[in-house]
Amino acid sequence: MVTRGAVVSREERVWAELAQIRDPEIPAISVVDLGVIGSVTVDDERVSVKLLPTFVGCPAIGVMQEQITARLGALGVADVVDVKVSFDPPWTSERITPAGRERLRLSGFAPPATAPTGPALIGLDELAVLPIAECPYCGSRNTTLENPFGPTLCRAIYHCADCRQPFEQMKRV
Amino acid sequence: MTAAPPELDVTAREALAELLLSVADDEFVIGFWDSEWTGIAPMLEEDVATSSIAQDEIGHAKALYELLAELTDDDADRIAFGRGVADFRHAALMNHARGDWAFSVARRYLYETADAIRLTALARSGHEPLAQLAGKMRREETYHLLHADAWLRRLAEGGADGRERLTNGLVSLWPDAQEIFAPLAGEETLVREGLLPEPMRAMHADWQARVRPILDPMCGALPDATPTLDGRERRTDEFSWLHGEFTSVARSEEAAAW
Repeated sequence: MVTRGAVVSREERVWAELAQIRDPEIPAISVVDLGVIGSVTVDDERVSVKLLPTFVGCPAIGVMQEQITARLGALGVADVVDVKVSFDPPWTSERITPAGRERLRLSGFAPPATAPTGPALIGLDELAVLPIAECPYCGSRNTTLENPFGPTLCRAIYHCADCRQPFEQMKRV
Repeated sequence: MTAAPPELDVTAREALAELLLSVADDEFVIGFWDSEWTGIAPMLEEDVATSSIAQDEIGHAKALYELLAELTDDDADRIAFGRGVADFRHAALMNHARGDWAFSVARRYLYETADAIRLTALARSGHEPLAQLAGKMRREETYHLLHADAWLRRLAEGGADGRERLTNGLVSLWPDAQEIFAPLAGEETLVREGLLPEPMRAMHADWQARVRPILDPMCGALPDATPTLDGRERRTDEFSWLHGEFTSVARSEEAAAW
């Protein structure tokens, strides 16, 4: 039981450190708030982190792996840091924390819609695309999807008809 | 990612490797063809969209090549860039150069609708790492399907020139599109072991039932077409050219670590 207490506290230190590591493509949000940390386990030799990519082809995965490995290595809780990419469970937009959603909004990104709006399109069942995005600047829902593909794989481009600003949404996936 | 279940015997592993390679090569080659639009798509939004879709497809291929490399104790980069033209196993649909915009839209529509059916099946594969990856890919491919569907309708319902180019593309690609469901040599084993939840011919029938009601009125009745035995083995000069392009960097420094 004494050892168990020590293990828990090391895990907490790992989570606290992860909360300081930012997403390389959207630095406003940490990897924890983004929901890409699937699990953390710590034993005497090893810290194991399961990393869930937002998109399979996300080019930032390698950067995240390197950063997490370096930062947790420097933390000194175990000799070996093992960061594995996993699709179990798959990352979905629901994994973004409420704090993460707020941080996205503050930096001008609409967070992904939480529920489908709009009719199902061809081949879509559990995932409805084209939900209205709430403008991160003025809060209006009088917005239109300009392009479901944006500057990175995970971002779509919208336009707000009220404040007349283009803005990006982190895609619902 | 976890290694293949040790209970798979040699025959099942070989069949699984063939399946992984066929899906990975489809994604890899269509991704490279679509990347040929980067910088020259008809409008800026499409430049971004096509490039983004191409990046997704090549990312999917990478993840699939990694599963394959684990299964066969190989290297994903070698599989992607170290094979000759004849060793690729993509469906004949991916043998063609990008053509004009309508031709690319026609191919993408045929491919995305077929891929959606295949991924839905693969998400139920008994090979857990493949099932997880397919489930994840499927969510992303939804955006591709949406894009292909929107462009199909735009061209079909727009002017005569666009409609004619689109239907010419659909009609000429129709036979080769069937080959996405070409039978695999190890298919019986795959189905028996639950690695492939549905035989190719069942998926092919599902796909036809889904696209014919949309395409037949557009193109006039499309001819009866079925997958053929060498549907994933035929290669073209156009593909040889693309292969030369996408392997050029790897070939320039063969000993380099990337």
